[in-house]
Amino acid sequence: MTTRSAVRIGAEPGRLPRTLILVIVGLIMAVPIIGMIEFTFRAGLSGGYTLDHWTGLVDEDAARTYRGLFQAIGNSLVLAVVTVAIVVVILLPTMILVHLRFPRLQRLLEFVCIIPITVPAIVLVVGLAPVYSVVVKVFGSAPWTLAFAYGITVLPYAYRAIQANLEAVDMRTLFEAGRTLSASWPRILWHVLLPNLRRGVLAASFISVAVVLGEFTIASFLNRSNLQTALLQVSKSDPWVATIFALLALLFAFILLISIGRLGRERKSSS
Amino acid sequence: MTDAPAPVSASGDAGTTSRRHPLRGAVAYIGLTPFAAYVLLFLAIPTTLAVGTGFFTDEGELTLANIEGLLAPNVLQAFWSSIWVSAVTAVAGAIIGALVCYAMLGMRPDGAVRSFVDAASGVLAQFGGVMLAFAFIATIGSQGLVRVWMQQALGIDIYADGNWLYQVPGLLPVYLYFQVPLMIITFMPALHGLKTQWAEASATLGGTRLTYWTRIAIPVLAPSFLGSLLLLFANAFSSYATAAALISQGAQIVPLQIRSALVSETVLGRENMAGALALGMIVIMVIVMWGYSVLQSRTSRWQR
Repeated sequence: MTTRSAVRIGAEPGRLPRTLILVIVGLIMAVPIIGMIEFTFRAGLSGGYTLDHWTGLVDEDAARTYRGLFQAIGNSLVLAVVTVAIVVVILLPTMILVHLRFPRLQRLLEFVCIIPITVPAIVLVVGLAPVYSVVVKVFGSAPWTLAFAYGITVLPYAYRAIQANLEAVDMRTLFEAGRTLSASWPRILWHVLLPNLRRGVLAASFISVAVVLGEFTIASFLNRSNLQTALLQVSKSDPWVATIFALLALLFAFILLISIGRLGRERKSSS
Repeated sequence: MTDAPAPVSASGDAGTTSRRHPLRGAVAYIGLTPFAAYVLLFLAIPTTLAVGTGFFTDEGELTLANIEGLLAPNVLQAFWSSIWVSAVTAVAGAIIGALVCYAMLGMRPDGAVRSFVDAASGVLAQFGGVMLAFAFIATIGSQGLVRVWMQQALGIDIYADGNWLYQVPGLLPVYLYFQVPLMIITFMPALHGLKTQWAEASATLGGTRLTYWTRIAIPVLAPSFLGSLLLLFANAFSSYATAAALISQGAQIVPLQIRSALVSETVLGRENMAGALALGMIVIMVIVMWGYSVLQSRTSRWQR
């Protein structure tokens, strides 16, 4: 009923224009994805179709042929885990602390967390090279060390996801309530605050994983191998397999983001 | 596990003040140091180094030569290309994205269409990079699905004047492909901020659909539309991966100029030129993002 009256008042589009806009834009956006799918079935660069490129992936030799690529996927997954750890161990406690104890620093924290949008990865990478020559001396050059840089890249996204959750839950009252019941603050943090922040933290983790799996610039300039740099490498010799993995990665990110949407809805329906 | 020690520490606390203010004073400030140190090491120092190197020579002497290098014709050309590609895709992306947002207005936010559009937009806007380049090579590359189909079915050769996909114009469709989703993500909340009461009030006072949009909705949405447009510009301007995957040689836009300055093996001392280019990029990004935050604060007034 409300929808219909809103249409009559003029705030919302009618059925026809709505359908037209969504179908036309949707179809145009779908074309490149269809193009990718079609490409993975091509026998050569032009003409003829085959399933070989897909079946080749489950071949006995596949593990050897695509070793570099699988290695890179492994690196990206490790990076995703370490980046999420940085978000949970470094960013999350800071945000809770600022929210409860230093509300005046709130704007500063937000400003700092948004800076990575203003500093493009291609700019950051110019200055990261010298920083990483120190990192390599301290931590070695294992693939996971790249996560220090990725923690910065995901900062705006993770901040927004956690902040939305922090603002939706009345942390201060929960904290006061816990203290009135004479609970220690680690106990309040673990048993009261964190369970209430679960959704925000999960959403922040998922978006961080998606961003890390899509990252190319920093890895490429620091000569590290991750999913994206390996895809570009493989695409030069075997564009079909590179496209198949690109499709799978896009699908995986899509599932991650659908889950974030689910989390958001659960929150709304439960409160 | 955490159950046991808690009562002990609560009752065992000697001073009542420390129990009343468990996060008081120096201890609380210490809690901020890990984050501060992390941001200093991996954001502040790299940014300062990136911008700072532009002012030094290879030998570490102060110089303005690199900054003057920004005025070289090929560098100016790259900045110009970057700016117009970003501007064109930002304007087109903002308009198309806003139309999609308008079409989704009034749909249930938890409906299947909205969930799908939100997730797909997130993927394409934040995750694409190299893979979007693949998608467009497979679609409008010289053997691409659409290119071949247009040639055979319609007799139109989109590359009649030469293959432009791997040139600056080729960036337009590819960038647009992540600009539209980004617009949907950033502009949709603003459209949701439109209150039904405003439309009702307008209708009660005899307003038509046209007057509602021209007198109420568009003025209210304008700052947030322009803000999103600036964000799109910044997004395209700073994007590197897609361009790098598409254009393997040459330095037609600023991020590719930085690439060639960093990886150049033939010309020594070009690393400091990368610093100057980084400075140039930051200056433009700061101006754009400053405009964005000004518009954003105007928007939030309506969303209270």
